[in-house]
Amino acid sequence: MFFELAQLVVNGLVAGTILAVPAIGFTAIYGVLRFPNFAVASHATIGAFAGYVANVNFGIPAWGAVAFAFLIAGLSGVLNDEFLLKPLRPTGPLTTAIASVALVIVLENVIRFFFGNDLRGYDLPIFRDWRIAEIRIGPQQVENIIIAIIAMAILFLFLTFTRMGKAMRAVADNPMLASIKGINADMVGRLVSFVGMGLAGLGGMLIGLDTSIDPLTGFRAILPIFAAAVVGGLGSIPGAVVGALTVGVGEELSIVVLGPEYRSVFGFLAILFVLLFRPRGLLGERAY
Amino acid sequence: MENYLIAMVTFAGIYGIMALGLNVIWGMAGMVNLGLVGFFAFGAYTTTLLTKDFGVPIGLGIAAAFVTTAIAGVVVALVTGRMRGDYLAIVTLGFSETVRITASNEIWLTNGTDGISGIPGPWRGEVSPETFNLIYLGIVAGFVLVVFLIMQRVRYAPLGRVLRGIRDDDQVVAVAGKNVIAIKAKAFALGAGVLGMAGAIYAHYTSYIAPDGFVPLITIYIVLSLTAGGTGSNLGAIVGAFLVVFFMESTRFLTAVVPGLEAVQQAALREFLIGASLIVILHLRPTGLFPERITRHEAPEPPASGAALKERSQP
Repeated sequence: MFFELAQLVVNGLVAGTILAVPAIGFTAIYGVLRFPNFAVASHATIGAFAGYVANVNFGIPAWGAVAFAFLIAGLSGVLNDEFLLKPLRPTGPLTTAIASVALVIVLENVIRFFFGNDLRGYDLPIFRDWRIAEIRIGPQQVENIIIAIIAMAILFLFLTFTRMGKAMRAVADNPMLASIKGINADMVGRLVSFVGMGLAGLGGMLIGLDTSIDPLTGFRAILPIFAAAVVGGLGSIPGAVVGALTVGVGEELSIVVLGPEYRSVFGFLAILFVLLFRPRGLLGERAY
Repeated sequence: MENYLIAMVTFAGIYGIMALGLNVIWGMAGMVNLGLVGFFAFGAYTTTLLTKDFGVPIGLGIAAAFVTTAIAGVVVALVTGRMRGDYLAIVTLGFSETVRITASNEIWLTNGTDGISGIPGPWRGEVSPETFNLIYLGIVAGFVLVVFLIMQRVRYAPLGRVLRGIRDDDQVVAVAGKNVIAIKAKAFALGAGVLGMAGAIYAHYTSYIAPDGFVPLITIYIVLSLTAGGTGSNLGAIVGAFLVVFFMESTRFLTAVVPGLEAVQQAALREFLIGASLIVILHLRPTGLFPERITRHEAPEPPASGAALKERSQP
């Protein structure tokens, strides 16, 4: 029993580390642009498919293909935001959120148009799972975790030490003060769309590396992504990491209580629970 | 062709009822509901279980769908009541996904992804299918009319004014001594109830429901209907629903004439067009066909002049 639980916790930490990547993307966009951008769902799918093309059609190994997932999803994020969502922002965050849901449908169907509905798997070398004291973990999972941690470390360094990173935090913290200090909010908005959607795409590919991908890959992940962001505190980047680990482990442990079908319902319950008892999330809404 | 047209008008009517339900929540009270398909599904399953498994009369099933969905709406509204609208967007979407996952997995209750068939319909089996369709069209038209009249009444009643006040600035309403959260919950309950009722009407019409029928695309249809018709306008909600059904059906013919497309590509193209048209309308004509007319009252004449005021204030 102990080892079974430990196995579930390990699985949860693996899933949570991967989930943290798109959750950071969602929460960072929220922090700067102040609306829930549902299009993270379709950008996770775009990233997963961009990585698929790089991996299967061009033969790039998974650890290199994730760069394509990031870049293509990031570019799509900037373009869509610039031309479709940004002009709507003056009409209010909720109208923009509605447009982003429409964007999910649009982008998902662009993918479906070219790739169809079939499940696709990445071209991965097959390894036997490692066993460490009765606990199983796959080499691919370890690679995914390492990729996720590297991505988060780069983001952390970027936000802490670069001028643009600091500008981004400043706008998230206090847009008025940031504009008085001469920070170009438009530029920061583009940057956060690129980085945020790029991370969503990277996260989508990491999720796909574990199983398989289809046009709904991103949409299926949307409840856990929201849950991670809300549990940690909407707009808070460290919060998204804490939230993602909580949701990852919680989903695995909920298997014992609710059964495997309800994994994703755990995310919804976590959102309700946190909103009832700690409306600003575990770490509050400060960006960083 | 006649049967096809009758079916489409019936569907447009059901969408119209849903758009009316959304209009209370989003158009009048300014609360976003991105999971309205979840409430629709909730109502559909409620009446199905009651009428098929327990032999409850259809009318009672539809009423029960209204009540249970309204209760679900109250819960959602109260949980998110004190928070900004962003949270409501997330929670409602989560709600609809949770309903769909539950319906897919609780096989003992909902028969899982296979869905439930053989849902009773009024006089189904006793009359020819054509007559049934005509009767049902009449029933749907009746519901549309009744819901429309009730919503018009709400809109011009004190409640409607308070709702628009909450939409435009809820702090002002709170300062005026209104219990904002209770009123929001009331509006959300009414809207959710109407959505659930639409679900029940849909279930008795098609006689078959499955989780696959309750995808987020339906939410987009209804939001598109209301936006195209004019957010806040009840007439706009109904007209918008008819336009959307007409548009959707014409894309069916449109994608069929594009050569060399596979079935999945045609479906993808149609869904693409639906999503794209919502984005386009939000950009080009966000107020819709019937923009909300707000009667403004002239401010009362200022007392004589500033000088007079000054004099009076002196002791």
